[in-house]
This record gives sequence, C-alpha cells and structure tokens, in this order.
Amino acid sequence: MDKFAQLLDDLYFTNSNLAKEIILTNYLRATPDPDRGWALSAIAGTLSFDLFKRNVIKSLMMERMDPFLFDMSRDYVGEMSETVALAWPQSADPVRLNRLPDLHEVIAEFQSRDKAGIRDYLILLLDNMTPSQRWALLKLGTRGLRIGMSARSVKLTLAKMKKVDIDVIESIWHGLTPPYLDLFAWIDGEAELPDLSDKVTFSPVMLAHPIDEDKDLARISPATHIAEWKWDGIRVQISSNGTETKIFSRKGEDISGSFPDLVSSVNFNGIMDGELLVKPGGELGSFNDLQQRLNKKKPTKALMEKLPAHIIAYDILEVDGHNLRQETLSERREKLGAALSENPQTRIDISETLPFKTIDDLHNLREKAAQTGGLIEGLMIKNTSSAYVSGRPKHAWYKWKRDPFLLDAVLMYARRGTGKRSSYYSDYTFGLWSEDGDLLPIGKAYFGFTDEELKEIDKWVRNHKLQRFGPVQEVEKGLVFEVAFDSAQESKRHKSGYALRFPRIHRIRWDKPASEADKLSSLKVLVGT
Amino acid sequence: MAFREQTWESYISNASPEKWMQVRPEGLYCAPADIYIDPHQPVGRAIITHGHADHARSGHGEVFATPETLAIMRTRYYLKDETAETGLAYGKRFDLGHGVTLWFASAGHILGSAQAVLEYDGSRVVAAGDYKRHPDPSCAPFEVVPCDVFITEATFALPVFQHPPLEIEVEKLMRSLKTLPHRTHIVGVYALGKCQRVMKTLRLAGYDAPFYLHGALKKLTELYESYGQDFGEWIMVSDIPRADKHVFQGKIVLCPPAQINDRWSRRFEDPLPTVASGWMQIRARARQKRAEMALVVSDHADWGDLIRTCEETGAENIWITHGRVEALEYALKQRGIKAKALNMIGRDESVE
Ligand SMILES: [Zn+2]
Repeated sequence: MDKFAQLLDDLYFTNSNLAKEIILTNYLRATPDPDRGWALSAIAGTLSFDLFKRNVIKSLMMERMDPFLFDMSRDYVGEMSETVALAWPQSADPVRLNRLPDLHEVIAEFQSRDKAGIRDYLILLLDNMTPSQRWALLKLGTRGLRIGMSARSVKLTLAKMKKVDIDVIESIWHGLTPPYLDLFAWIDGEAELPDLSDKVTFSPVMLAHPIDEDKDLARISPATHIAEWKWDGIRVQISSNGTETKIFSRKGEDISGSFPDLVSSVNFNGIMDGELLVKPGGELGSFNDLQQRLNKKKPTKALMEKLPAHIIAYDILEVDGHNLRQETLSERREKLGAALSENPQTRIDISETLPFKTIDDLHNLREKAAQTGGLIEGLMIKNTSSAYVSGRPKHAWYKWKRDPFLLDAVLMYARRGTGKRSSYYSDYTFGLWSEDGDLLPIGKAYFGFTDEELKEIDKWVRNHKLQRFGPVQEVEKGLVFEVAFDSAQESKRHKSGYALRFPRIHRIRWDKPASEADKLSSLKVLVGT
Repeated sequence: MAFREQTWESYISNASPEKWMQVRPEGLYCAPADIYIDPHQPVGRAIITHGHADHARSGHGEVFATPETLAIMRTRYYLKDETAETGLAYGKRFDLGHGVTLWFASAGHILGSAQAVLEYDGSRVVAAGDYKRHPDPSCAPFEVVPCDVFITEATFALPVFQHPPLEIEVEKLMRSLKTLPHRTHIVGVYALGKCQRVMKTLRLAGYDAPFYLHGALKKLTELYESYGQDFGEWIMVSDIPRADKHVFQGKIVLCPPAQINDRWSRRFEDPLPTVASGWMQIRARARQKRAEMALVVSDHADWGDLIRTCEETGAENIWITHGRVEALEYALKQRGIKAKALNMIGRDESVE
C-alpha cells in the first residue's frame, strides 16, 4: 500500500505525460502480481466496486471532529478525501501495525468484511498512515482517483512496455479484468496474448466532431457524404457471438441487464453500432421515455411491454468473425443492410440515409429536426470513405445539432461548487412564472459562464440572500438568466411539470427585470404539448 | 494574572489591555507609549517583530527591533539615515515612557524574529508576530511568555494543517536526488528565512555538494552568515558559464518561488520544479504552482501548535490578527478561552 501511495503521489505531481508513463512503467515492472494489476485498475478507472462508501468516511469524521471545523477545512481544501487525509484525528488508543498491508491485502480485507468490519478496518488503516497514504486509500476506496492520467495513456504505457501498437492493447483491453494476471504474463513474455475470441467484448467507439459551419459545410457534398438523423437516445454497441449477446454503453459499460427484451431478440454474430430508444405504442419515444428504462437495473415485464427497447443501427464493425473496421463506410453500410435483410432482427432497424443535393437541403433537414419536439436532435453527416476508427478522427463524422432552445428564467437558489469553485456560489436553480404568478423551478445549471461572470453572480448572490436550506441558499427573485437547453420533457418529478435536458447559462440578463422573464406556457409551446 | 513589577500608575488607573492596546487603521497601537506594532503605513514610532515585508516596511520615524531584524531591514533598505533605531537583544527591557516597558522574546520564525512584550499598568500583552514551534537550526527557538493578553497570528489555523517534521520533507528531496540524478532540482524558497532554514537542514541531513543560488537570495544568506550561520559552500548560478549545464545535474538550485517555472529556469537541463512552503500541504496549491515536488516547510505554527501555544501562555484573552481567524477563535472558545478576532486591515494571507 505504501508503494501504491508513493506511485500516486509521483504521478500526481508530475506534469509531463511522458514522465508519467515512465513512472508507471517502473512501478509495473518492479511490483509483483497481483498488486500491480490492482494499481493499474485503480489508475485506469476499471475497478468495478467501492471498498467503502463515502458516507462511512464522513460519519467517521463527524464522530471525531467538530463539524464546524470540518466544514471550514473542507471548504478551504476543496474536497473531502484530502481534508480527511490531512486532518484525520488519531484514535485515542490506536492499534499499531508493523507494516502497511499490500494493496491486494487491503482490497481482499475490505471485500471480506461486513459493514461494521469495514469501518474498523478503515480506522485501523487511517490511524497507521501518513496523509499521502490516507489520500491514496480514500481515493482508491471510493474510486475517485484523478491523477491526470487518461485510460489512453495507461494503454499506451502498456503498449510501450510490450513494444506493440496501442491497437493491440485496445483490442484486448475490454475483455480483461483486474488484476490483469494474463495481461502481465503476456507482457513479461511468459504467456501468449490473451485469447478473447470467444468472449463478447466491447470495442471503443468512433465519435463525431461538432460541425464548424463556417469551415466544414464547404467540405460536404452528396458525392462524398451521407446524412442521417441524430436521434435523441443513447449510443450503444450490440456485440454478439451468436450465443451470447451484450449491450454496451458508449464508454463500454455493460448495460445488458437493463435490456433483456433486446438482448434475447438478437440473433446474429457480430458487432453493431447504433442508437438505443424505446417504442411506446409502436412509435419511437422521447428520451424521457427511455430514461425510465435506463434507471431500472431489472425492468419488470410490464415496463418492458410498455416501453420496448429498440435500436436504430448505423454501423457494423464485425460480422461472422470478419473485421470490417478498415473498410469504407459505404462498404460497411452495405454489409449492415445485407446482414439485417438476410437475418431480420425484430428490434433493430437500419438508420435511413436522408437524400440531399445541396447544403440548403441539409439546412432544411436540420430545421425539420427542430420540429420533432426533441425526438431528433439534429443531423449526422458522415464521410462515406471513412474507416471505423475509435476515438474522434477529424473530418470523418460530423454532428450538426439543431439550435438550442432559449428561455429567460429567474434565479431562485444557489449553492457552492466543488473543488476550485468551492468558495463560489456556482450551482444555480432557476424557474419560470406560472399563470398564478408563482415562480416554479425548471432546472439547474452550473456552467456556461466565464470565471469573471461567476465572480459577479457570486457577489450578487451574497448581496441578495434570503433563507438558507442546508447548503442551498435561496435568493431574491431579481436575476434573469437566458438559459439554453437541448429539449424539454414533461416530468412528474418536477413541480413545474417539466424537465430540461442539458440546461446551461447562455447569457446573464443583468438588464432584464425578473417580472419580464418567461412563463411556463412558453415552455409548453416549445415542447409542443 | 498578577504581575510583580507594578508601576505607580497602576494605583491611580486600572485600565484593562483593551483600553491601552487598540486596533487602528495603521495597525496594532499601544496608546500610552504612542507606538505601533508592525504597522503597514509609515508611523512615528514602530515596534517591528521581524523582517518579512508584510511586517517590516520603510518610512517610520523611530524603530524598535532586535539587532538582527534591524540588520535585515537595513539590507532590504527599510531604514533610512534619518530613522532612529533602537536595537534590543532578546530579554533586554526598555522603558518606552509613560509607564510602558518593552522587551523581546524569541519567536522561532526567522533570524531575529521576536514577540513584542509590552507591560503597562500591571498587565502584560504579548504580540507574537509570526511564530513557530517546530525546531529550526537557523534561528532561536520560540519562548513561551506568560501574559494576560496573547496576540497571535492564524496563518495555518485549520485542522488540516499539521506540519510534518522538516527532516521528512528534506529526506524526500534527498531521495529524489538519488533516483533522478540527471535532473536539476530547483527549489523555490522565500529569500528571508526559508532559504537559510532549508540549506541548514540539508547540511544536517548530509547533503555536501555546493548549493547554487539565484541572485535574489545572496544578500540575506550573507547576512545570516555574519550572525554565525554556516551553510557550507554555495555558488551563484550566475557565476557558472551558461554552457556548463551539466554542473547543476543532480544538484540543488535555490531561487524565489516565482522563478521555478519561469524563463530563468530554462537555463537548466531537465529541471525538477520544487516548492518549499507550508501551503504545499494542499495538493491543489502545489499543482497551481506547477511544482513536481511539494515540500511542506512552514515557518508558522500549525493547528496543534497554535492552540497549544495559546494555552501555554496562560493568557486570559487571545486576540487574533491574521489568517484563518474564524477557525482559531472558534476552537479557543470551545476550550473556554476568551478569544476575539482583531479585524486587521491589510493583513490577508501572509506569504512568508
Ligand atoms: Zn513572517
């Protein structure tokens, strides 16, 4: 555990990526299994469990330290783990360890204990650690490590250690699990490359760039590009070996459990890329409908019947063991079409391509998307000669979202941010006027403004305080924000009856009296109900 | 607290320290002697606790300080020819007139740093200035002076500030010199106090190569030497030809903190920017300074030492000047000690 803490400190304080890779390499070479695998997992963010919950730490501190002093300390430091690491008050009669346990011992010990046991073990370790070691433990245990090393540079480090291309690591990465014994056996030259051919795995997805209208539109023509709707669902990958099927989120999280209806319907051997939506009453539903499925780890039969899962597929990466990633998009789409017609899938449709001749046609299509009440977010425009490359290659795929909706809303509540913003009121709840003249909250936002504007809003909040509800500060109804958002949905959970998607502060209307802000009825018009 | 040497005035007036020690826009003020302690504007009479820029400044008519502090002020051009100086060694009593006696007790902060002890009307007030309790081989240790009112700083007054022993931090640096012998370890230190304390501690830890110093650190280091401090061999960076970059590899270069990532540092091969400061305990602070190594070296009392010191003085009243005032006031009151913040203007976060 002390070596691990030392590693995190070294990585944390090192600026250059290259130097970080060297530090990690040295650690991975010098540290035995399984500690190095667990460390790798912690750094790459692939640990699938917490060792303890954040509220255990908090309750331990509350027993040991004056709450006012703790709050002041946390406000000053900016986050809880580091505050606890620095201020941890030793137990009155601490049990002394001869040595700190190894990383894998720590993990095994936490996993084998019940709630009370976890608490005792946490106290024992914290009592025996330096502030740096405590920080490492708390970050590891709650999976909150941020040491400025991306998953990609971790993979790059592994690739360099074995002197192979990073693609080799990418191709096996998602099939491996901590503590990565097979990976290190291969790197050490004691075993073959782990064989994952029979496993259903995730492969990193290809992403689109937001279009730069001034520059990119000139590159686009019907001869070289196709246009598709950008549906407001979630991006998924359907991966199947013919017997087993998995649904992965964009980031590789296995979400098959939430969609057994979809999983059981799939019968092909390959990997498809597409948008997941639900089809209430046989029609494609809104993101809000989908949300009800996403929140359920184990959906009921009734819910699955009401909101059946559906895929709009737009790409294919593998079919019957053949890798199609290097083929052009036109070739892949042809094979996707063929696969779906030879082997029809009840819950997968192919994404239609939208005919266009001129850029004006694209403008019109995008306008049409704006009329769908949020169901379609805009357009995807893709170069037909592009290969399937994970990451965000330039000029291959563009996303062209319709313009956001704008509303003038009134600031109602503010609370302090975290980290660098912990001394500022930087999270805002705002509302619209009801017919009865009440202000009803419709959303929250914590970005969209500059640091300079943040200071000004913070000052305004401090000068216009009303009541305080715990961390939430109510303010006078006097400041108007022009709020931008992608779509609005009806929501029973909100008093106003609506929920906004991706709300952000577009402009601060210092000039506008609160009484002239928008009414809820203008939101109804936008949503189309 | 009863106090032995009562003046005749105590029989006719019975003023509490609240009456004769005041907070004025210029700073802490002792009314009967018409004198300020560490004023941040030019005044007629001033007591200066130590030479840091947020305590000592130029333009006062008459200055009372330890001989070392006067020497530091002279080096920094804070004293003019027309300034009247009175140097008082630790413990030496001086009659300021109107029944006020002044003497200095060591504060353990930097060379010459002192607590100003003022006695008047049967009571004793100690203005500690900046102080620390951790050992420091480059200055005299803190001395606890029993008093009625103890005026304390609160620079590091939060429970998160628990300063590690300096040896541990210096050991980090020594280990890094061994594992990264090709890198030039550039350590950012304040010119007065921090620089000399770090050098001295490194010598005690066995570092025997020459130190390489930025020009801004020269004069004060020489001044410390004139008071008998020995830092071994040190060489000005500017005396090494620019082409001889290899000279610095695996060695320690000291410079003001602002220079570690500035143009100046480009003259070194593969520099390793290091900052030595009490703030380095907070990770975000260290990242802000782009330090690749953060040495927690503080010349102020940490949380535990602040509270311990306030208790040990036996003072019935604690007044708090600058820093995390609120937290210290709260913690002292919890312990049943009367404490109040002085709301000093112009003293925010002390840098040195
Ligand atoms: Zn100072």
